[in-house]
Amino acid sequence: MSTVPSELAVETEPKGVLPTGSAPTPARRVISTLRKSPAVVFSVCVIVFIVLLAVFAPVLAAITGWDPYEFDPTAIDSDLGGVPIGPFGGISSSHWLGVEPGNGRDILVRIAYGARVSLMIAVSATLITTTFGVVLGMVAGFFGGLADQIISRVMDFLMAFPSLIFMIALLSALPAGNRPALLVLVLSIFGWPYTARVIRGQAMSLRNSEFVEAARASGARPVKIVFREVLPNLRGTIIVLATLAVPSYIGTEAGLSFLGVGVMPPTPSWGQMISTAVGWYAVDPMFFLIPGTFLFLTVFAFTVLGDNLRRVLDAGDAA
Amino acid sequence: MAITILRRLLAAVGVLLLISLFTFMIFFWLSPDPAVQICGKTCTPERIDQIRSQLGLDLPFWQQYWQFLSGIFTGRTYGEGAAAITCAAPCLGFSFQTNESVTDMIVARMPVSVTLAVGAAALWLLAGIGGGLLSAVKQGTGWDRAVMTTALAGISLPNYFVALLLQYLLVVQLRWLPFPQSVTFTEDPLLWFQSYLMPWLVLAFGYAAMYSRIVRTNVIDTLGQNFMRTAKAKGLDAPVVLRRHALRPSLTPVVTLFGMDFAGLLGGALITETVFGLNGVGKLTADSIAKNDQPVIMGVTLLAAALVVVANILVDVTYTYLDPRVRVKSA
Repeated sequence: MSTVPSELAVETEPKGVLPTGSAPTPARRVISTLRKSPAVVFSVCVIVFIVLLAVFAPVLAAITGWDPYEFDPTAIDSDLGGVPIGPFGGISSSHWLGVEPGNGRDILVRIAYGARVSLMIAVSATLITTTFGVVLGMVAGFFGGLADQIISRVMDFLMAFPSLIFMIALLSALPAGNRPALLVLVLSIFGWPYTARVIRGQAMSLRNSEFVEAARASGARPVKIVFREVLPNLRGTIIVLATLAVPSYIGTEAGLSFLGVGVMPPTPSWGQMISTAVGWYAVDPMFFLIPGTFLFLTVFAFTVLGDNLRRVLDAGDAA
Repeated sequence: MAITILRRLLAAVGVLLLISLFTFMIFFWLSPDPAVQICGKTCTPERIDQIRSQLGLDLPFWQQYWQFLSGIFTGRTYGEGAAAITCAAPCLGFSFQTNESVTDMIVARMPVSVTLAVGAAALWLLAGIGGGLLSAVKQGTGWDRAVMTTALAGISLPNYFVALLLQYLLVVQLRWLPFPQSVTFTEDPLLWFQSYLMPWLVLAFGYAAMYSRIVRTNVIDTLGQNFMRTAKAKGLDAPVVLRRHALRPSLTPVVTLFGMDFAGLLGGALITETVFGLNGVGKLTADSIAKNDQPVIMGVTLLAAALVVVANILVDVTYTYLDPRVRVKSA
């Protein structure tokens, strides 16, 4: 019911806004449906908050006056082995989310810089895997034959890999260097088949559709058909896959950093903070609770958004 | 059928060879020189050369790879004459840190990983399938929403965070459980159970969350199929329809997933074992990574790959028995 007025709204838009000849985009319908779900609104708020935190991390550091690498010996009790002074892990007007035990670094500022690293890695890996996954998946699904054979075998091989252990082996063997870039590389190598597999299946079914046949009959070159006819029809799937890829990469990066092969100290990262907190969890639970909650909320928000996007887009396809 | 299995086996051997080759290449080209690492701080160039030739590290890549590979099947001998050290048949080399045989190290730690995997698997199958079914049958109700929200939380919570949370609540705050200790079942059954309880729960939570989502989707999918309408039209009761007609087609995809996940866990639950200090294969992996103990990392990577590949074949074979449609297609 709710879709009717929005569809009318799309049609009353001036003709010039929409590309002539193509169907009106379902974006408005999707957004208006999603806006009614409190879970989605909450998730979007969380994502926006985390993104702002990441973008304005240096501003936050300037406001609070703490650098992410700066030790604060006055905030910890050296007689008690470096436990933060004050309740809840040393929360005070100067350290809003408390300090790290042992060295007194400001947790909030490190969380913000950690968000930067985490999002940068996850979004880069998502962009790379989506690009490769979509292109290779379309080529395999649309052209079939030898190209499909080769791409499918490589995908099977990569997906049969014990990827976490292999990522760890690879990262532990690699020299320190530019850690975030290496993480993006490793995540991408093992990540693209998951996108490509879905895209391949859809491209295969689109290959025999009427509009592709029409384009072929009108003499369009195969490459043009792939990018002008097939790709736009995969838009919904790509958005959903990419939205769900982000939390999985955030989670994997945090896990790798937790195990000590991801982002290296002193660069702050949520997984690494939790890993350090393991030694302190009994005396200073806030140290694992805060980064853990940020990590959970971020992954949760992206997953909820992706799930709902899929639900709404699937319903749209069926209608 | 026999030909299908044979072809799958050949493909599996190929995959394992490739994996071993890649792992070997990574350590051969990317890693710092192991001879320098073994030699330690007080080291002379002569001593390094000696270690190199003893371990065969001075040979070209293909020869080293061949030695490693043949060592797995026939064993190998390091060095010559009186200083020779033999390494029996499934030889994965010796740890650079402790000089123990990698095979022995893995075998010694397998029981812990198996215990962890079996207990967790029982829990997550129960909770995952139960939750998914409940959610699908009561679709749209509060039950459905409660199960699915829990599942969403389960897939979003990193297991090390859950582990710390549980340990803090149950051990430190409420004192319901003792600190997890490495005891065997025969030494102290109660302490054994208490020590494994949290690791089981932590591992099972994540998997159960994933499984319940998949089971729910599959059951709802199956319930909408034509044969379900036929079954209902025949006058069968809803529970009978569910049990006899809906369950099997909706649970077969879970078999695939379970095979892979279970095999993956046998190769070590890295994070869970590390957090709870359980001395399984996963902790061995994590420890050897921290110390850059290459032979051990190689060994566990290969083991994990082999387990997953074997599970893959077993799953395919099981599948043909569970799902008649697959049998027809492959014939």
